[in-house]
Amino acid sequence: MNDTFQNTAAKRPLVSLRDAAPWLVATGFLLVMPFIFTANSTITIMNQMAITIIFALAYNMLLGQGGMLSFGHAVYMGVGGFMCMHILNMVEDYSLPLPLPLLPIFGGLFGMGLATIVGAFSTRKAGTVFAMISLGVGELIAACSIIIVAFFGGEEGIPGDRTYGLPFFGNEFLHPIDVYYLIVFWLILSALLMYLFSRTPVGRMANAVRDNPERAEFLGYSARKVRFISFTASGFFAGVAGGLFAINYEILTEENLSLILSGQILLITFLGGVGFFFGPIIGAIVFTLLQTVLSLETELWQLYVGALFVATVMYFPGGLAGVLMMHYPSVKLGKVKSLVVPYLKTLVPAIIGLLGTAGFIEIMFHGRHAAVGDEQMTLFWISLNSHSALPIVVTLVLAVGGIWVARRFAPEMAEAWHRSITPNAPPPPAQPPSTRDAA
Amino acid sequence: MSAGQGSPPALELAGLRKSFGKTEIIRGVDLAIGRGERHAIIGPNGAGKSTLFNLITGRFPNSGGHIRLHGNDLAGLQPFEINRMGLSRSFQITNIFPAMTVFENVRCSLLWSKGYRYSFWNMVARSRDLTLGTEAILEQINLTARRNLPAGVLSYAEQRALEIGITIAGGADVIMLDEPTAGMSHSETDYIVDLIRQVTVGKTLIMVEHDMGVVFGLADRISVLVYGEIIASGAPEDVRADPKVQEAYLGAALEADH
Ligand SMILES: Nc1ncnc2c1ncn2[C@@H]1O[C@H](COP(=O)(O)OP(=O)(O)OP(=O)(O)O)[C@@H](O)[C@H]1O
Ligand SMILES: [Mg+2]
Repeated sequence: MNDTFQNTAAKRPLVSLRDAAPWLVATGFLLVMPFIFTANSTITIMNQMAITIIFALAYNMLLGQGGMLSFGHAVYMGVGGFMCMHILNMVEDYSLPLPLPLLPIFGGLFGMGLATIVGAFSTRKAGTVFAMISLGVGELIAACSIIIVAFFGGEEGIPGDRTYGLPFFGNEFLHPIDVYYLIVFWLILSALLMYLFSRTPVGRMANAVRDNPERAEFLGYSARKVRFISFTASGFFAGVAGGLFAINYEILTEENLSLILSGQILLITFLGGVGFFFGPIIGAIVFTLLQTVLSLETELWQLYVGALFVATVMYFPGGLAGVLMMHYPSVKLGKVKSLVVPYLKTLVPAIIGLLGTAGFIEIMFHGRHAAVGDEQMTLFWISLNSHSALPIVVTLVLAVGGIWVARRFAPEMAEAWHRSITPNAPPPPAQPPSTRDAA
Repeated sequence: MSAGQGSPPALELAGLRKSFGKTEIIRGVDLAIGRGERHAIIGPNGAGKSTLFNLITGRFPNSGGHIRLHGNDLAGLQPFEINRMGLSRSFQITNIFPAMTVFENVRCSLLWSKGYRYSFWNMVARSRDLTLGTEAILEQINLTARRNLPAGVLSYAEQRALEIGITIAGGADVIMLDEPTAGMSHSETDYIVDLIRQVTVGKTLIMVEHDMGVVFGLADRISVLVYGEIIASGAPEDVRADPKVQEAYLGAALEADH
């Protein structure tokens, strides 16, 4: 009976190449990454990145798509992870026939189960009420980790061993690279499902409820139920991330439930940009890089991440994705080239200024905190004495000078950007009008 | 025009009351509006017209009395439940989804009535009935050319038209419009009045309106609400001639209007 309708719809292919292209490119990219970065340590970073991406995308189902600010979302990932750890141990103890790659489903189901219980009362309202409940529940479950020792393992946490399960097509998941492909599979699947969710009726209504819950109610939708569905779906994918965490690290501790982690995922998501589906992906990549690479270079990495976050909130509320998408019209109008020079003129001095500032901070920090007598430090691969005046003066000059120059050229950059997004802008006097601009 | 004998009126208010704290804003309203009727509610500022709308549509709980839609009591129902029973409203202060495109605004208002409910297994872009339905509404409210713009950037009159489009999209058979032409120029008002006439064919229309030209041009019946009470209700000519109305409200408004 549906056939006639299906036939008319069938004129369009099931997926157009245009829709599929970003997914195919991303998949190809993920598959070849281990061939480019072969070191185990790099693969470990990529595993962490992929897990964080899933968690951040799940978080953005709430924050970006549904307008719900959660301060306690780590618990859904954590509970999913703990559950997977227990299941993994049961697989070992009773020799259950559960292949490891299926384990994250259970993480998802338990994350969703917890979200169903909490969401039943927390999604009544968005805004402050929701935020406060999420904080309270987060704190409560984090506190449970030292009370319910059987489940959360107290201070030691719950360890496990992913290699005890059945081999999956001969693979025993001994190496990070095996785990990488398992995680990548779940990353692509989860991201695709979350993307498709945003295109369904309830996903569209999540946006509507975010923007104007009252109007949505006068269109037949219960704002509360729409929020509840987003919330449980988000809990599911957070739980999947938890399951992958269990597989990757083979241990879960109370840290996995902590408010610190909940705060971090908010920061990551916001940094990447809540307004675009791919925003949290960028946020997770940048943050994981800072966390893993920058933290090796300096003890102060959190200071810089904090500064980056504050700057994002203040100047780019759309996050890094928002900054990228600001240039979409320029690309469409074929005017990107006109941006290169003005951008370089501002951004190069700005980067010099920021590096100078960071250098100054590092020298001061070393001077104050290093052991007595230890006056040598390395800054940007340069060895120097943190107690002598010259490096301090140099970094200060770079900081002040760089920022001063950047500020001088900033209006020019803004001007260039405005021109690049305006169709048919009058060409600069010296040049003949280009035909491409007129199109 | 009037409904068949015995079938309940589209909307029936009986002894309806509403107090905010100690002040009683709606003080015992009785009103029956027949199916297919175009009914205007007029009255001075602060009379309680919008409050009456808010009670009927479930935005506020009432403090006494009954509201029946096609004979069904609406007591205790939420706005979305009342909407699903076939009653839809617009707002005095434009109430749309400003960040979403015009197209999305209309499509969201179609979802429930097209049976998609809380579905997470359909893709909205692949549902031809949704796309076609949305395009038809856009055509009707004359916003096809603006479909991909965020609703927030439309002109005031266009936003009002969109608000009406959202209100009627779900196919409700009782349409309530709160001051649809407020703040509009003459030509914009004419455009909206035409639009209202067009989109409410065969439906029950209840509208609050200050512009007497609009009221007398559109309404089959008029009720005058003053200080939370209906002081007159009937055909436009009868209401216009009613001395109570002249005294309380209409005389002043008519003078101001001409
Ligand atoms: N939520 C509320 N809480 C307290 N008082 C309210 C509330 N809503 C309305 N009122 C009061 O009820 C009275 C009637 O308001 P209402 O908005 O219904 O008037 P109205 O007839 O629609 O007027 P207008 O023509 O200005 O739109 C006003 O005195 C208003 O202050
Ligand atoms: Mg009003």
